[in-house]
Amino acid sequence: MKKILFIEDESALQKTFGELLRQEGYEVVSALDGEIGLKLVKEKNPDLVLLDLILPKVNGFDVLKKIKEDKETKNIPVIVLTNLEEIEDVNKVIELGATTYLVKANYSLTELLEKIKKTLE
Amino acid sequence: MKIKEIFSQLNIISQCKKYGLSLWQCPQFLFFIMGIFIIGSTLIVYAIGVRYVEDPQIVALIVILATVVLFIISVIITRSFERLAEANRMKSEFVSVVSHQLRSPLSNLRWAIELIMSGRLGKIEDKQLEYFKILKENSNRMKELVSDLLTVSRIETARIPLKIEKCSLEETIKQLIKEFEPLAKASNVKIIFKPQKNLPKILVDISQIKLVIENLLDNAIRYIEEAGEVKIELAKQDNNLLFQIKDNGVGIPRGDQKHIFQKFFRSGNIMKNQTQGTGLGLYIARAIIENLGGKIGFKSQEGVGSTFWFTLPIK
Repeated sequence: MKKILFIEDESALQKTFGELLRQEGYEVVSALDGEIGLKLVKEKNPDLVLLDLILPKVNGFDVLKKIKEDKETKNIPVIVLTNLEEIEDVNKVIELGATTYLVKANYSLTELLEKIKKTLE
Repeated sequence: MKIKEIFSQLNIISQCKKYGLSLWQCPQFLFFIMGIFIIGSTLIVYAIGVRYVEDPQIVALIVILATVVLFIISVIITRSFERLAEANRMKSEFVSVVSHQLRSPLSNLRWAIELIMSGRLGKIEDKQLEYFKILKENSNRMKELVSDLLTVSRIETARIPLKIEKCSLEETIKQLIKEFEPLAKASNVKIIFKPQKNLPKILVDISQIKLVIENLLDNAIRYIEEAGEVKIELAKQDNNLLFQIKDNGVGIPRGDQKHIFQKFFRSGNIMKNQTQGTGLGLYIARAIIENLGGKIGFKSQEGVGSTFWFTLPIK
């Protein structure tokens, strides 16, 4: 069973998207802030990280940077899932090594699921 | 009507109230004071000049004094313009922040509705499904509005990000027509596309051009009352590509035509038939086309139909 770490401070989103992912047969680990997220990346060694950018304690940019700096975690694909869509943010995230950048407002749940499946293949 | 408009322009105090500025910060009022002052000081200088012709020093002194006062007033006027510009900038920023803040709860809402409607959380009755459809449609409408508002605030702060690439407008249009086919069918509208042969590719940000064509196509279909036809043409004209979209819809009343590209403007005859629409589509379309070095315009007759066109330079 593939393991997904979902770093997102919106509990409503954790609930809906987490539910969908669990139904699709993934193991979902939730983190409600960047600090816990970083801790869980090391502890749980997930197959994929879903990362929001605006997060309490440690923001998503820093979380991504730390994941990619660490030898143990740098090969884990990271999908950034956010509502920021300024071109500077997109460029920064891609430069830091994210696999994909998805703007929440532009996707439905099913479309997101497809993207995740594709990344995990 | 015209005379009435001129008189309302002259009512400075109510104009200043409209902007929410005090009299001493209001450009109209300050200009008025400055005008009075110029006339007054000219008369005084004239009167004194006539009386003291022998002593030009006094006249010179008065002229210098008047100049200083005029200078001070103009500095205050400039400052008041700055305040207006600042207020406008803050308003754009406010719209941007609010729209961003609205996005998260809206995503939560849309996704929760999607999950329920997918039946993954348990079977839903047909009757319930009808109401969930209403929720879905309206949350999508809100999403569109928020995304339009964000585009507008980007335009106003000159932050439209452009991803310029070579692309075929013809292919894009074909693709969009396919996407609009269900709406067209439901509205009894036939879409006809006639591109010229061997059109060159152009350098544009295709996602932005899509936004423009989507807006024009959506308008053309929506404002056809019962059944009708939307004709799209694409041709080369000098060094430009010319896109034209013609409908036989309700048309735009003559009096409304000059306002049609203004932000939040919606034509009177449209408001009667349509509740949807934000009044932002054409404003966004014009900003995008002009930003890419093109031109946009239209011809329209109420009850007959409208033709909207834009050009984009072939580089």
